[in-house]
Amino acid sequence: MTTANKEVNELIKREYEHGFVTDIEVDTFEPGLNEDVITRLSEIKKEPQFMLEWRLKAYRRWLEMEEPDWAHLGYERIDYNDISYYSAPKRKEDMPQSLDEVDPELLKTYERLGIPLHEHAKLAGVAVDAVFDSVSVATTFKEPLAKAGVIFCSISEAVRDYPELVQKYLGTVVPHTDNFFAGLNAAVFSDGTFVYVPKGVRCPMELSTYFRINAANTGQFERTLIIADEGSYVSYLEGCTAPMRDENQLHAAVVELIALDDAEIKYSTVQNWYPGDENGKGGIYNFVTKRAACIGKNSKVSWTQVETGSAITWKYPSCILRGEGSVGEFYSVALTHNYQQADTGTKMIHLGKNTTSTIISKGISAGKSSNVYRGLVKFGPRAEGARNFTECDSLLIGDQCGAHTFPYIESLNKSAIVEHEATTSKVSDEQMFLCRQRGIDMERAVSMIVNGFCKDVFKELPMEFAVEAGKLLEVSLEGSVG
Amino acid sequence: MLSIKNLHASVEGKEILKGINLEIKAGEVHAIMGPNGSGKSTLAQVLAGNDAFEVTSGSVTMHGEDLLEKATEERARDGVFLAFQYPVEIPGVSNLQFMRTSVNAMRHHRGESEMNAAEFMKMAREISKQVDLDPAFLKRGVNEGFSGGEKKRNEIMQALMLQPKLAILDETDSGLDIDALKVVSDGVNALRAEDRAILMVTHYQRLLDHIVPDFVHVLAEGKIVKSGGRELALELEERGYAWLGIKDDETAASSALSNSAN
Repeated sequence: MTTANKEVNELIKREYEHGFVTDIEVDTFEPGLNEDVITRLSEIKKEPQFMLEWRLKAYRRWLEMEEPDWAHLGYERIDYNDISYYSAPKRKEDMPQSLDEVDPELLKTYERLGIPLHEHAKLAGVAVDAVFDSVSVATTFKEPLAKAGVIFCSISEAVRDYPELVQKYLGTVVPHTDNFFAGLNAAVFSDGTFVYVPKGVRCPMELSTYFRINAANTGQFERTLIIADEGSYVSYLEGCTAPMRDENQLHAAVVELIALDDAEIKYSTVQNWYPGDENGKGGIYNFVTKRAACIGKNSKVSWTQVETGSAITWKYPSCILRGEGSVGEFYSVALTHNYQQADTGTKMIHLGKNTTSTIISKGISAGKSSNVYRGLVKFGPRAEGARNFTECDSLLIGDQCGAHTFPYIESLNKSAIVEHEATTSKVSDEQMFLCRQRGIDMERAVSMIVNGFCKDVFKELPMEFAVEAGKLLEVSLEGSVG
Repeated sequence: MLSIKNLHASVEGKEILKGINLEIKAGEVHAIMGPNGSGKSTLAQVLAGNDAFEVTSGSVTMHGEDLLEKATEERARDGVFLAFQYPVEIPGVSNLQFMRTSVNAMRHHRGESEMNAAEFMKMAREISKQVDLDPAFLKRGVNEGFSGGEKKRNEIMQALMLQPKLAILDETDSGLDIDALKVVSDGVNALRAEDRAILMVTHYQRLLDHIVPDFVHVLAEGKIVKSGGRELALELEERGYAWLGIKDDETAASSALSNSAN
């Protein structure tokens, strides 16, 4: 190890700034999973009968499923009966009717996280749905959005208030049979966000959900469903954090996006779940299924993710490009550090004619971490004229981390065109020396080099969050070099 | 201003510098010549503070302060500048961003306020013209896809932006055609000042036709074996390193080359 490397490893120890616990009275289920637990969950949420039946069907199927082990990840088996499936802050009656009725402790929590739940707050152009453990605690700007015809609410509300829409679309993109974690989520999902943008409407503001895990020994199983009707547009961003705890916690979410003719959905994620400490203790297990169906002609879905948190990330935001001329995009920055493990990437399934997709993945590994890109580009027999461009770049910081790339390409159509580029590079001693020789200190230099590496992805983020993402990387790297 | 005493340095356990002694005063231009492997570049790297080299004994002071105990970036902020022989690429980081970060780090160190983007842009445009670089290159990634000549001009441009106290130029002439050599030399000559010292490391005499040094030192096997004025370089060109009992396979070729260029 070079001298620079040693210094770096000392500097690399980062602080996780969202690690506090909110002291609040909660209703929590005893750990354990059975049909009774699911029935109680459904009752608390006052769900219609169809929802309970949907859950139970998923649960029964899940019991027969096996946890996948194909990913490049190592962790101790999860005991699903050790987890509590519901935890929510206590409240007097039902859901809060207005922001004034939200527990001040919760407002303070989100304030500390930099998420304004007051509508006059500085990020005035962003509507926020705040999910705390298993429930949505507040949703801002509902009224102005409703005027534009946009439905933006928690999925629990949607199940009660818009059952036709939910019943029509829920599980159509990610069926409960899809995979083990999606099956579990279908059985026990607690809350999440629902968005419906009607025909021809351009959503007047950015929509955002902020997920916070607070309770110990609890899993978070959120479910998000976004439907963009013909000719509509919506940009949505999610953020997530959790307290520092020595135990691993499970987060198994499902996100479904549906884009009809000429509709566009831009979905951005800044994932900063607690990654565990420098010895690899604690941290969130993030097993997430995200998928978009571009059903309509010329529809477009763009996934942008900045993944810096979680002990384990297992996540492949994908696009099924069914509509003729539909477009799928995936822009990803995944940073792993200490003992973090990430196995992430995307699937672009080209079914329709002239469908196009772009994949730009930037993996950054530091410390003793492992960072995997896994991607599938598939062309169906009817995908005449379809094309994909893929670029996977890995950046290594230090000499004890790993980066792997597993690109899969399957083509059943001879006219399809695939371009694939991949690089692996290191933050080199020479780059560091050049920066330092110009008076730039090590931390600044690393963050500048890493930000440069991620530039193509950051420019896809909504502006307010591009800056945030840059800062997040800075905090996450805290002076690392190789 | 710079005082090097009995400097020994090694890389990966192999001693390269074996007792360098050199005094440089403000306003002077010194040229270090010598065959490949004599330790010229090592001296430049050690002065700038490259961690890859270990100083085993000796001292270096600048303005009376111990230079060797300072970190690389501290030396830079105190005015040590190294124009790299092979500057590395930093993809995705624009030249503009890189230079502005650098200039502001120096300003911050001197207790001055940061330069805003507009002020900086104005200065950068002017200086880029001085070294004949199209201002459009400012938006490109640091050294990304630059030709050899562009890289060298970029290094000199940075020296002009940073106005260092001690400019160390490591083989700044290598790989340049005559026109580019002229541009780079003009840039270096523009750096000459009463309060600034320049230390040029070069294999070939031809650079010294453009940048006339006050002193010439010949480095061989980690030691300065001969010092003199401008005429020493000419004599070397004439007679080759063998004249001083130094082995150098390239000397014959290089002096033949520069003779024909003349």
